[in-house]
Amino acid sequence: MTMKSSTRQVDGITIVDLSGRITLGEGSVVLRDLVRDLLGKGNKKILLNLGDVTYIDSSGIGELVSAFTTVRNGGGELKLLNLTKKVHDLLQITKLYTVFDIKDDEAAAVQSFAK
Amino acid sequence: MAMRVSYRLESTLESVNQAEEVATHIASKAGFDEDEVARISMAVREAAVNAVLHGNAYDPNKKVTVGFENTDGTLVITVSDEGKGLDLANVPDPLAPENLLKQSGRGIFLIRSFMDEVRIRSLEPGTEITMIKHVQGQAAEGKEESK
Repeated sequence: MTMKSSTRQVDGITIVDLSGRITLGEGSVVLRDLVRDLLGKGNKKILLNLGDVTYIDSSGIGELVSAFTTVRNGGGELKLLNLTKKVHDLLQITKLYTVFDIKDDEAAAVQSFAK
Repeated sequence: MAMRVSYRLESTLESVNQAEEVATHIASKAGFDEDEVARISMAVREAAVNAVLHGNAYDPNKKVTVGFENTDGTLVITVSDEGKGLDLANVPDPLAPENLLKQSGRGIFLIRSFMDEVRIRSLEPGTEITMIKHVQGQAAEGKEESK
């Protein structure tokens, strides 16, 4: 199953609901284009909802890192929401758990962005 | 019951997915639990990505060989390519602070994290990675440094 995404706005925050696999040649390209498109349209506060992401490989992890740095370098904020256990474990062993701002409650996550 | 099978694959992303699917099937049949099957499958996927992308560089004239051998609760998986070779000394530590935010370079690290033993050797030409996983309780645990 390739990655699917849908975007919604909540209190000025762009929430991207992702589902499926973020892997080399599949979701990774979609994610990259999506984040660049959002930034290009001036959406700089982005919350990636990974609750329905079933699988991420090292390329997918790389794309999350790239999205994070791209948004940050563009003066924005990118946070992660609803990690599955597998994704949580992956970010932990790669020491990225402390790099990303990771939330498990959407309302609290939206409120956590700088006003 | 001993089992040995190998596949010679094109240097394509489809081959990466195929290797991952076969690994999932074989690891499940070998008696690993769901979490271990997922780790083994990801290790094979990462090894196959390295072979296709970094080793053979999608060259249609070069093949990737993936082999599985299951004997008495030990699964031995080899992935080899026909590329220019992997210089382990130049594989940076993805956990080093200066590398944490790099986009790539985590594949070998994940393979080592998920498998019990990992060996990497140079071929003429290419690279072969051997990944070993023991069904829990059937062999001594521990990791072995790659050579």
